[in-house]
Amino acid sequence: MRIPRTAAAATIPLLLALAACAPAEEKSADPAPTSEAGDPAECAADKVLTDGKLTVATDSPAYEPWFAGNDPSNGKGFESAVAYAVADKLGFAEGDVTWVKVPFNNSYAPGKKKFDFDINQISITAERLEVVDFSEGYYAPTQAIIALNGSKASKVADFDGLETFKLGAQTGTTSLTAIREEIEPTAKPLVFEDTNAAKQALLNGQVDAIVADLPTALYITAVEIEDSTIVGQFAYDDDAVEEFGMLFEKGNALVGCVDAALAELKEDGTLAALEQEWLSDTADVPVLD
Amino acid sequence: MSDTGTPAPAGSAASGQPTAGQPSAWQPSERELARRVVRRTLHRRQLLTASAVTLAVFGSLAFGVTQLPGWERVRETFFSLEHAQESFPAILSGFWVNVKMFLIAEPIILVLGLLVALARQSRSAWLTPLRLVAVGYTDLFRGVPTILLVLLCGFGIPALGLTGVTNDLFFWALVALVLSYGAYVAEVFRAGIESIHPSQWASAQTLGLSRVQAMRHVIVPQAVRRVVPPLLNDFVSLQKDTALVSVIGIFDAVFSARDYGNYHFNYTAMVVVAAFFVALTIPLARFTDRLQRRYAERERAGAR
Repeated sequence: MRIPRTAAAATIPLLLALAACAPAEEKSADPAPTSEAGDPAECAADKVLTDGKLTVATDSPAYEPWFAGNDPSNGKGFESAVAYAVADKLGFAEGDVTWVKVPFNNSYAPGKKKFDFDINQISITAERLEVVDFSEGYYAPTQAIIALNGSKASKVADFDGLETFKLGAQTGTTSLTAIREEIEPTAKPLVFEDTNAAKQALLNGQVDAIVADLPTALYITAVEIEDSTIVGQFAYDDDAVEEFGMLFEKGNALVGCVDAALAELKEDGTLAALEQEWLSDTADVPVLD
Repeated sequence: MSDTGTPAPAGSAASGQPTAGQPSAWQPSERELARRVVRRTLHRRQLLTASAVTLAVFGSLAFGVTQLPGWERVRETFFSLEHAQESFPAILSGFWVNVKMFLIAEPIILVLGLLVALARQSRSAWLTPLRLVAVGYTDLFRGVPTILLVLLCGFGIPALGLTGVTNDLFFWALVALVLSYGAYVAEVFRAGIESIHPSQWASAQTLGLSRVQAMRHVIVPQAVRRVVPPLLNDFVSLQKDTALVSVIGIFDAVFSARDYGNYHFNYTAMVVVAAFFVALTIPLARFTDRLQRRYAERERAGAR
């Protein structure tokens, strides 16, 4: 019979192709990742993507003050500095750190990652933890509201006063959630691809104010938009403190090593010093409530 | 029947042995009946094989995919029912933005496209500047990627700070789409106009029609009929390109899905959006097919 033979001829390669594409069972059944809190340098050696190299990812463009000059590899900017400090603790020299560009919305895609960890102002949430692993938090940002000098929005003194304005923030961020859940403005907030688009819309008067994390807001008002000001920062209810963490592929054994490194950096004051150096003093920004 | 001694019709039954019994009304012969049985069996067998093969191929594909080690992960990140339900309301309201944009843009694009095509076809020396503008317009706006046009119109024009000009993002995104697609559609119309046989022009002239009259009454009606399918094709494309307006912060269906996904680290919302768009474009595609068939039949005037 002709048909079955053709069919078989069509089916078999399909199945073969599928079988060929199927990755071999991943060998991720390593021992529990968190148990190795010993020396971070020893711990990391056999757990990185490429032997002898630490591959770190971030989005492009890389924004100030988290990075400087859109070049993560210069060690300048808070996150770049933290990445190199962690690398140092893990036993990687400066030259052994490789940076890769990974857009934010690719960072959590299922499948093999092309980085050891991604450092990109990513907030740790319980929901995200179901999909990826995070290191311990390395910075706790608050959210801040930016408006143009002299605009109505810049004169707001308390939280409720913000409700009537047209607000904007970057997509997928906790800044946006802060607008939606804390401020709950009457007009739908505008959502932007990145902070650059949000800044442009603010300049054009397409939004009255934008929300970003405080260090970013400080940088925007100080450097990027001369004529703008920080209206205030958010006071969070109780202890729902938000933290940025490094993002890992689910089940990556390196998390434990990085956590150990971060713990050392916190203890010896390095992290606080880096914060002092790169993230401008945030104390004198008024808290809205 | 009153046939007298008419032999059995020269059909299949008359081929060899005459059938036993009455020859008057035509009866399928034994052999024909046997043939029918064979045909039926063959048909049934083919149907069975086709179904079995289809089932086997798609079934084993589905089975194969679900056996892949990453499937569980893919199912959770792309096909989670819970996330689909949660993201649905935002996507639905975003989709209304896409539909609205499409519905407003479409008629404007049609008019603009036809006008530009006509300007390009003008022959009068007085209209040379107009012709040049039309050529420049199609060259430029067909060349610039639509996404850049959206960015340039959405942020660039309001940045000029013109007084009395709106800085509404929806409006400028709409302008960008109209400019981009107007250029495509103008070319489609031009192709249609140029496809009309010169004899039509000649006939119109012999009837004493001026060039404008010939265009208006003879050429354009025929041309429009011819280009309906490619026009509808462009509109399917436009429907999808309304998603590009998200780059300037218009919260359309695609953007609301991406926003949901980026926040929750789950891509299911994008599958939901895809379903929305498919649901919108498939009826339009079928409609295009039908129109195309109808025009083809009419043009051939029964000469199949």
